[in-house]
Amino acid sequence: MGLNRKDVLGLQELTAEEIQLILDTAVPMKDILSREIKKVPTLRGKVVATLFYEPSTRTRMSFELAAKYMGADTMSLAVATSSVQKGESFRDTAQTIESMGVDTVILRHSVSGSAQYLAKIVKASVINGGDGTREHPTQALLDMFTIREKRGSFAGMKVVILGDILHSRVARSNIWGLTKMGAEVRVVGPPTLMPPEIDKLGVKVYYQAEDALEGADVINVLRLQLERQQKGLFPTVREYHQLYGLTPARLKLARPDALVLHPGPMNRGVEIAPEVADSPQSTIVEQVANGVAIRMALLYLLMEGGSSSEGIS
Amino acid sequence: MVTKTKAEIMDEDRIRRTIIRIAHEVIERNRGVKDLVLVGIRRRGVPLAERIGRGIQEIEGERVPIGILDITLYRDDLTTIGPQPMVQQTKIPVDITGKTIVLVDDVLYTGRTVRAALDALMDLGRPKKILLAVLIDRGHRELPIRADFVGRNVPTSKREIVHVKLKEIDGEDRVIIEETNRLFNQPYN
Repeated sequence: MGLNRKDVLGLQELTAEEIQLILDTAVPMKDILSREIKKVPTLRGKVVATLFYEPSTRTRMSFELAAKYMGADTMSLAVATSSVQKGESFRDTAQTIESMGVDTVILRHSVSGSAQYLAKIVKASVINGGDGTREHPTQALLDMFTIREKRGSFAGMKVVILGDILHSRVARSNIWGLTKMGAEVRVVGPPTLMPPEIDKLGVKVYYQAEDALEGADVINVLRLQLERQQKGLFPTVREYHQLYGLTPARLKLARPDALVLHPGPMNRGVEIAPEVADSPQSTIVEQVANGVAIRMALLYLLMEGGSSSEGIS
Repeated sequence: MVTKTKAEIMDEDRIRRTIIRIAHEVIERNRGVKDLVLVGIRRRGVPLAERIGRGIQEIEGERVPIGILDITLYRDDLTTIGPQPMVQQTKIPVDITGKTIVLVDDVLYTGRTVRAALDALMDLGRPKKILLAVLIDRGHRELPIRADFVGRNVPTSKREIVHVKLKEIDGEDRVIIEETNRLFNQPYN
């Protein structure tokens, strides 16, 4: 058992069995979160560093908490106040961190493929905390954990990914993962925010929110990434809400027990109506706790094992 | 690794009688079943704890809470063993604070599993007392740990493996000793 790999860079390269193992391992990890003593000694003496070149609240905090609950020490590089501002290259920063004896590096970077690059130049394990528009594997894994916890399995589940697919690494990771696990994935958004040839990933493409939502089991609402929208890809935020916002009326088109997911942070009244975000169908708050459990599982599974088959008793 | 079965040290009847005897001893030591909780260490400690619990129920007419302890996250050999063990859920149905816990495992050997189990329990609460019940004590302790209830003491060499087989997991009730051609730690099960 265990992930036989140094890094977790995306769901594209993980097998269904590996995804299953990560989700299974997160179940006992989640129990630890509800204990009075939220700490196990498993990663004692290990160091986990977060290296975030983009802003983040939950991913970074979630990784740091996960590492601490597993007994590891954490260190975080705040890029804004670091030597990066003096012009230090990405490679040099990475090597500096590595020479301090870090075992696992969590990277977030605006350039797609940066996690692969880092994994190649350091001996430490690398977990991708989001690279450009490519992948955000831990977000997709926690989304999948949430769906499985509520629904038991993925087979035949109709999962809608709604919004700005073009800029969304969350969407890509979810597509890789969910299709591998046997779910039916529907993507829907304005044509200008839909990447070309997305159907080649095995998803159904819709441009009308209503068509995609019909009979859906799960709706994963993406954040409209206002910081990446300078090219006039849609007229106004208000029009976006009118056509693609998840409103109570649109939610009624899905199955009555459909789950509503959102990776956060939410733009209330833009991609999601406040009534929907706060409805009983919404799993948004639970997703945060599940994220810690998933990250604990990954840190455990990436821990180095030996080669013998011996045990203790 | 070459292994061959050397001897059968317990058969089905003997295991059954031994568990009944341990059930009696637990009740005697605890002067009844008040505040008693049986906690089986995954995997084979779990069916054993359930059987001791059924034995106690037959004798005293009362059900004792039974918990399952997964010690994987508390092991001291995680970076040296492979393949990496699967972490599973710990499920103890009651708050253990103030309770008398009887930890149950199949084989007591180096004592490292029990050390891990004690740490895991302490993180869940503050029991009044922890006792240890094992089906087989095979010696070779590496830590200052002893069992309070022992099914059978079996002197072994370090080249041997004691296999406790239980119907719930292995389809049969049997304890055998296997001989190997190298020094071997009791397999994690």
